[in-house]
Amino acid sequence: MNATLLHVDGLVKRFGGLAATDGATLEVRAGEVHALIGPNGAGKTTLIHQIAGSLAPDAGRIVFDGADVTARSMPQRVHAGLARSYQITNVFGRLPVLDNLALAVQARSGGSLRFWRPARSERARYDEAAAVAARVGLGDRLGRPAGELSHGEQRQLEVGLALATNPKLLLLDEPMAGMGPDETARMLEFLQSLAGQVTILLVEHDMDAVFRLAHRISTLVSGRVIACGTPDEIRAHPEVRRAYLGDEIA
Amino acid sequence: MPDPYVSPLDHRLRKVPALVLLAALVALPWALQAAGQDFYLGLATRILIFGLAATSLNLVLGFGGLVSFGHAAFVGAGAYTVAILMQDGVASAWIAWPVAVGASALLAAAIGAISLRTRGVYFIMITLAFAQMLFYVMTSLKAYGGEDGLSLMSKSVVAEAVDLGDERTFYLLVLAVCAAAFLGVQRLLNARFGHTLQALRENETRMAAIGFPVFRHRLVAFVLAGALGGLAGVLLVNQGGFVSPSLLDWHQSGLLLMMVILGGVGHLYGGLAGAAIFLLLEELLSGYTTHWKFVLGLVLLAVVLVAPNGVMSFGRRK
Amino acid sequence: MTGILVLEQSLNGLQFGLMLFLLAAGLTLVFGIMDMINLAHGSLYMIGAYLIAAASLASGSFWLGLAAGVAGTALFGVALETTVLRRLYERDHLSQVLGTFAILLMCNEGVRWVWGSQPMTLNPPPALSGPVELLPGFSYPAFRLLVIATGLVVAAGLWALVTRTRLGMQVRAGASDREMALAMGVNVRRLFTAVFGLGAALCAVAGGMLGPLLAVQVGMGENILILAFVVIVIGGIGSVRGAFIGALLIGVIDTAARALLPPLLERLAGPAAASDVAPALASILVYVLMAAVLFWKPQGLFPSHA
Repeated sequence: MNATLLHVDGLVKRFGGLAATDGATLEVRAGEVHALIGPNGAGKTTLIHQIAGSLAPDAGRIVFDGADVTARSMPQRVHAGLARSYQITNVFGRLPVLDNLALAVQARSGGSLRFWRPARSERARYDEAAAVAARVGLGDRLGRPAGELSHGEQRQLEVGLALATNPKLLLLDEPMAGMGPDETARMLEFLQSLAGQVTILLVEHDMDAVFRLAHRISTLVSGRVIACGTPDEIRAHPEVRRAYLGDEIA
Repeated sequence: MPDPYVSPLDHRLRKVPALVLLAALVALPWALQAAGQDFYLGLATRILIFGLAATSLNLVLGFGGLVSFGHAAFVGAGAYTVAILMQDGVASAWIAWPVAVGASALLAAAIGAISLRTRGVYFIMITLAFAQMLFYVMTSLKAYGGEDGLSLMSKSVVAEAVDLGDERTFYLLVLAVCAAAFLGVQRLLNARFGHTLQALRENETRMAAIGFPVFRHRLVAFVLAGALGGLAGVLLVNQGGFVSPSLLDWHQSGLLLMMVILGGVGHLYGGLAGAAIFLLLEELLSGYTTHWKFVLGLVLLAVVLVAPNGVMSFGRRK
Repeated sequence: MTGILVLEQSLNGLQFGLMLFLLAAGLTLVFGIMDMINLAHGSLYMIGAYLIAAASLASGSFWLGLAAGVAGTALFGVALETTVLRRLYERDHLSQVLGTFAILLMCNEGVRWVWGSQPMTLNPPPALSGPVELLPGFSYPAFRLLVIATGLVVAAGLWALVTRTRLGMQVRAGASDREMALAMGVNVRRLFTAVFGLGAALCAVAGGMLGPLLAVQVGMGENILILAFVVIVIGGIGSVRGAFIGALLIGVIDTAARALLPPLLERLAGPAAASDVAPALASILVYVLMAAVLFWKPQGLFPSHA
């Protein structure tokens, strides 16, 4: 649990006159669950977009697994082992769960410039997709179109899609967004089962979940990381308390 | 897991009806002769050729989700290449036809490389613009007929015993080529590439987020569609013996789009069905009035407003 | 290449650009506010020209014909919008493209039905059918000066409408953020109809101005429609100012290329190249420009969307 897997170094992103990311520096160690918290408008999602590769920073570097990926495209980062899930569910609504996951598996298993052999004859791939589905708790929903799943199930699929790419680092953007207590508990249990097998960088508002899951927490305020440490350290941190006005951290 | 697993990304050939259809099409020339309606063999040939052109457009449009308004450029490129080679003394189909398909593919690669960097309405506009550019270029090149176009001095030569001047022989050749191309498209759609293409249509962002290089795949699809369009052009110029810039005109691109929407955007048989409906309608209506294009427009408008998924969608199980 | 030639071509370019602006303005507003691609926009231009020609012929007066034609086309545009086009607003681009293409086909054929395939003559007012001497030794057709004047007046009027009136404010709000405009209580349906009617009127004016210079015939709207699309893509969809600058740019470049490229190429590469390559080059120059703009600034030069 020592080596640095992800190093975000002085990232800057401006929109017009506003700096959404203002010199953010962050370090995620291999094997840990690292949470990113911050008040609304702190720039968490913007930061995630830049780490994932859907938004190009104006300045700064992103080093993943020893390589500078700042200029690399999103698909290239996925192949390097960096996969994300979305805050607002972004799955293939018209396709069944199995197809959703099979696509993610296909992406990393050789090229897609194959024009003759039927894709569904690749049983190994579909079996693997089914295994991922089972892992995220959707084992009995394989044939259902993703759009017909309940909200909680869709969030599970959200994470499943990222997981199916067999990543080294999972970037999860509010995986529990909009979930009720039962679903949240299930997701929490699932994420706990992952912790140790894959490194996780997690953005979450649910403080209870954050303190249960995270090994370390970084706090983002106005586009900068003002504190980083264990949950206890963060709980006691004066600047963090000030940023939250003592609201969510008891 | 349901076994055997059928995905909505797959498109079944439906072997039995397809074989019946194929048999009927093979028997058609003799059937028409028996009924004394030889004249319609030419129409049947045109339906097959436009079915191929429309299917090639459906590849990028229906399955790829890209509204290309310049597809006629690829059909025209194929046609013109054959005509120009013929003018320069190359009559052999074995040389001219692959070169023509290759030329269309190259053109599609060039146009696609620039156009596919844009999205939405800009993509529509830029594909339209490129097709218009080709139109203007061909109109100006006097050496290749300019505005008046180019005649084919004779049909392409396939073999000693095969005379493409004979309508029946030509029809059977077109049928063979189209059937082979159609089968190729079906296999392609069900293969990894086809699944990827359709998934890109469904959710492009997520595809990038799970690791698919979007641009590359779309470009390949665009080139394949252009090549198939060029093949249709090759057959077309042999059928009519003539090619002119009007084949590249944006109206033609619009008519191809119309065929696809009539038959079914994103349906395997959509291109073929749409071409058949369009050409039969044209044949029928032009017999009644010189203003048949008005009725055609009306039909298109009705389809767009009422049944935008085309004829084939009525038969589709959800 | 004399100074007079340059001056003449500049005026021609200005004239064409201004008329292009009349078409592009309507197109960009419909696109920006209603998010609709309208391939039938050129048909409004054609119908405008035909109505004006017919009315002029019937009344014997160009001006009466112009007024009647513009009013008639605006009415036609409103009728079209309320019956058919408003059903396409919420639809995808393909449906809009094909739906308006269908209308284009019907308009072409409808015009042919009513007025036949032969081009119709539209004569300029007799008082303006001769040349005017602008500078010693330089004469320019009076009617073309009218066209320029009309274009400038309409452009000024449009600018005043968009920046000074309530309707204009709603238009600008709608163009940059439709949801917001809706939230602020803009009567969307009426606004859309008004915008469309205005666009149709502008097309008709352009048709009446260009009719005497180009031919009034079936399909006359199509080439200019494509140029209008190029203009709004370059200028930025939804931006009237962008449409103005884009239209002038395209108008001047297109006119200059057509006039100057043939002699230039002849001098450089001989008469054969000039007769073959020059017209093609002049025609495609505008599209190359559009492709270049899209490559570097995919939102156009003056995007108005937030």
